[in-house]
Amino acid sequence: MTDADSRDRPDQQEGEGVLSWLDARLPVVSAFRREYVDYRTPRNLNGLWNFGAILTVVLMVMLATGVFLAFNYTPTASGAFASVEAIERQVPSGWLLRSIHVAGASMFLAALYIHLFRGLYYGSYKAPREMVWLTGLVLLAMVMLAAFAGYVLPWGQMSYWGADVAGKAVDAIPAVGPWLEHFLQGGDAPGDVSLHRFFILHMVLAFAVLGVVGVHVAALHVTGSNNPLGVEPRGARDTVPFHPYYTSKDALGLVLFALVFAVVVFFLPHVVFEAENYRPANPLHTPADIEPEWYFLPFYGILQSVPSKFGGLLASVGAILVLFLVPWLDRSPIRSARFRPFYRVCMGGLVVCFVLLGFVGRHHAQGGWMIAGRIAVVYYFAHFLVLLPLSARTERGVVLPDSLAGGRGA
Amino acid sequence: MRGAAILRLAAVLGFAAPLADLAPAAAQAGPHDRPPHRAWGFEGPLGRFDLSAVQRGYAVYAQVCSACHGMKSMTYGDLTGMGLTMEQVGRIAATQQVPGGVDAQGDPVTRAATPADHFRDPFVNPEAAAAANNGVAPPDQSRLALVYPGGPDRIYALLTGYRQPPAGYRPSHAGAVYNPYASNREIAMPPPLRDGQVVYTDGTPATTAQEARDVTTFLAWVAQPHLAARHRLGAQVMLYLLFLAVLAFLLKRRVWSDVH
Repeated sequence: MTDADSRDRPDQQEGEGVLSWLDARLPVVSAFRREYVDYRTPRNLNGLWNFGAILTVVLMVMLATGVFLAFNYTPTASGAFASVEAIERQVPSGWLLRSIHVAGASMFLAALYIHLFRGLYYGSYKAPREMVWLTGLVLLAMVMLAAFAGYVLPWGQMSYWGADVAGKAVDAIPAVGPWLEHFLQGGDAPGDVSLHRFFILHMVLAFAVLGVVGVHVAALHVTGSNNPLGVEPRGARDTVPFHPYYTSKDALGLVLFALVFAVVVFFLPHVVFEAENYRPANPLHTPADIEPEWYFLPFYGILQSVPSKFGGLLASVGAILVLFLVPWLDRSPIRSARFRPFYRVCMGGLVVCFVLLGFVGRHHAQGGWMIAGRIAVVYYFAHFLVLLPLSARTERGVVLPDSLAGGRGA
Repeated sequence: MRGAAILRLAAVLGFAAPLADLAPAAAQAGPHDRPPHRAWGFEGPLGRFDLSAVQRGYAVYAQVCSACHGMKSMTYGDLTGMGLTMEQVGRIAATQQVPGGVDAQGDPVTRAATPADHFRDPFVNPEAAAAANNGVAPPDQSRLALVYPGGPDRIYALLTGYRQPPAGYRPSHAGAVYNPYASNREIAMPPPLRDGQVVYTDGTPATTAQEARDVTTFLAWVAQPHLAARHRLGAQVMLYLLFLAVLAFLLKRRVWSDVH
């Protein structure tokens, strides 16, 4: 490159310094400025829009603590429990890292469910944001799988018998079930081979999640954020630059979330640590009450409410798969539930049913819970397959606001 | 119990406080009397251990419990957490013999334990433990205070609850004794504590109740050795985050003042 060349393109390198030098060769600085500083964001985002940033930070915390736990973990049936005990007792600050990691799993799933609810309620899945929605659902599935694999790793009683129940669920698939269960477990019961696989699956998924988050955020930055009014911003008055407006707002949301997180880690660890899992895995002794973590309970409730075992498996997997169809099941051009009274009531019913199914799951769908569970399962699917497609017909003569600045959105 | 945890979480988050009463009592294997609640210093959000009670409890464990019960997650070095110096821990470890590999002839040898060694198991395997104890292997005590339904209250009640069986009580197997706080009101462990059984170096009178209270405190400490550090760090973290939250709120309000 000659001097003449560089004079031809004076815009290539503005100013002096390392950052300008770097940006001329790899434009990360200008990309960061474009996507996280100047990035135009609707001015009326409410607190529910904090959860994207919160999830990103919790993911970082999970990766950081997880790597240090993995350094001290032994993925064998004979050594796993003792290595986790050593992390808790002998590794300096190991108890703190593990407590943050275990509580982090619950906090992550809780934030994820809120984030998902916000997408459904404000119609963030609608054109042109379908790819944001679909990549988000892929993330949900990956995170659930990672959380399950992670729960097996300490190899306590609940770990072992949770893996056993999951194996039995696979076993219920007609024809290939028993073969598939044996293949996935590497034996007739959870053991050394399955534990080693769960460990690798857990680690691989954790970093794969990071990659898909990149795709999710990239897709979001193509279309820009939805907002509580669900109408696209028109002009500069409707938007504010991401920094300092949403950096300051996300900072506040993160600190408030960290407060709840800290309360769980330091004062209520029994909320996320199942006491039974402090007993080492014993294949000869089934615990009295096998229950998954709270974030799986609604799906466990579906599994147990459906009379047939295979049917229950289909229904609980279908409860997630049906979400992938939502952008095409919803025919209404209106995004936000604020302007969709019928859909708004239906969403309320959906939340009630989802929580109810969690209680059904923890009561093993016995007695009255069985009836409640079946009603909730029917409503859950009817919401997406019947009420959502039909709701557009109830929405006539809706007047949407012209701009975000005029509407009281924030 | 997982479900109860959700209810507690929901209660903490403040939107389902009335639901917390729905949580059923912890699942217990067989019927037994309800242990009376006792005040423990390690309870509550700022609870911590009375380390002199923990040290006396260790004396009870070392002189009584350890004859039958293992505590295999603990190392001798972990005892520094109850206020002992490394020299004191080293002396305790040195009184124990652990497997030391093999000698030049290939025969197994033993050596004195070091602070890095785990507590010696009293039996070589669970079968030997069961055979020596009326067919029931004594449970490992590393996490007993957490995993035993009823926790420290029930452990204390059990240790002090041996009494004359009611008329008509028949032991279900040889060596079983009556105890109203054990599952099915029967236990394979004969009364382990009596007055003066343990020698306390700090001059505390070694009554059965005192021994039971101290060893229960010790077991609770072993089950959660970092409880006090967790509470102390938690209070500091909460103060820091609350302060940060105020700053973040003021910053946010100032940044947004030209928008609203």
